[in-house]
Amino acid sequence: MTSLKEFMDRPDRLAPGHRMCAGCGATIAARNVLKAVKPEDHVVVTNATGCMEVSTFMYPYTAWQDSYIHNAFENASATTSGVEAAYKLMKKKGKLKEDENFKFITFGGDGGTYDIGFQSLSGAMERNCDYTYVCYDNGAYMNTGIQRSSATPMYADTTTTPVGSKSNGKPQNRKDLTNILVEHDIPYAAQTTFFKNFSDLYKKSEKAIYTKGASFLNIMTPCPRGWRYNTPEIMDICELAVETCYWPMYEVENGVFRLTYEPKKKLPVEEFLVKQGRFKHLFKPENEHLIEEFQMEVDRRWENLLKRCR
Amino acid sequence: MAVDLNKLHLRAPWQDLTTGMMIHAGGTSVEFHTGEWTAVKPSIDQDKCKKCGRCHMVCPDSAIVVRVVDNARMEGPGCGKTALDRMYQVDTDHCKGCGICAYNCPFDAIEMEGM
Repeated sequence: MTSLKEFMDRPDRLAPGHRMCAGCGATIAARNVLKAVKPEDHVVVTNATGCMEVSTFMYPYTAWQDSYIHNAFENASATTSGVEAAYKLMKKKGKLKEDENFKFITFGGDGGTYDIGFQSLSGAMERNCDYTYVCYDNGAYMNTGIQRSSATPMYADTTTTPVGSKSNGKPQNRKDLTNILVEHDIPYAAQTTFFKNFSDLYKKSEKAIYTKGASFLNIMTPCPRGWRYNTPEIMDICELAVETCYWPMYEVENGVFRLTYEPKKKLPVEEFLVKQGRFKHLFKPENEHLIEEFQMEVDRRWENLLKRCR
Repeated sequence: MAVDLNKLHLRAPWQDLTTGMMIHAGGTSVEFHTGEWTAVKPSIDQDKCKKCGRCHMVCPDSAIVVRVVDNARMEGPGCGKTALDRMYQVDTDHCKGCGICAYNCPFDAIEMEGM
């Protein structure tokens, strides 16, 4: 087991100088996931279209220290499958050195994972291709201007579900993608975010990357532009998401559920919502029932998860 | 095959571009100084710093770098054997001034300057 200090001491595989917004959560996720790769191993990063792709790979600048392929929203996973198959064959034919190991990691935003890239993701998972899919879930199409996605939580204000006299934001509930991926019966699936000293994120990333077969990691990455919170408070937002059970921390290894963190006292979901501008309208006196509905949905999903974990 | 970044400026003729617009090197973005985006920069009070590394982990721009203080073992980022060998410094060429490090420092050792 690698210690927290070892993880921290590893050199960064994501160079500075990329053009993500100041305070972006997605790059915090990418940097720290890549720290879970052993320094002697190589990585092939595949990236679905999204914020991460447009700002880390602007010709002739690349922020990635490893091989990097960008492909469209729909086929990031399919591309990785192909690269992985080629790698296996080259290794078999002896065209690569015995001691050179490559790891395959795909990054996708929630638009490229929950919605558009879902069919290729599902296919690659079913074929049990030896790679790790990392979804950085910031809950909307942030790259194109905060349009709702199926990861957007209920009642969030986005540019395609604007709040006004006739609308209270997105009317539907969010999709629970981690559960859907668990049902693919893959060796490893987990859900995490930036929490306390990051050890949860490092451990899950290491497990995901070094598990043979397909693995899936869903990381909640707040977006200061879309969520409209005070940028420096990113860690507070993540902690509240976990403590209110909006974003439970769990992992599923070969079908066995395990909670990696259980809040001692479950906080009311308002505390998570109140910090974000996209939920501002819920705190008007006439909208109290909406928060109740939101809380009911969070409770229902949390109870379901608890049942599966025990 | 290395890339000569100086040749690939905005008005570069097409003959100078790489085939398939491939980039044959890693981490070339360090040449682009995103530090110009902000007038606010964090400064780390080395006396208050307890070397916990929180700022390094939460930085979205990999702009808090670890330097080894002991010159004899200067071999790259973060190679110090004990916590005291390390020193956290701000890479002002790339820091975008988001303020996450200052807000999250458990010892109040980071302050945003230039506000």
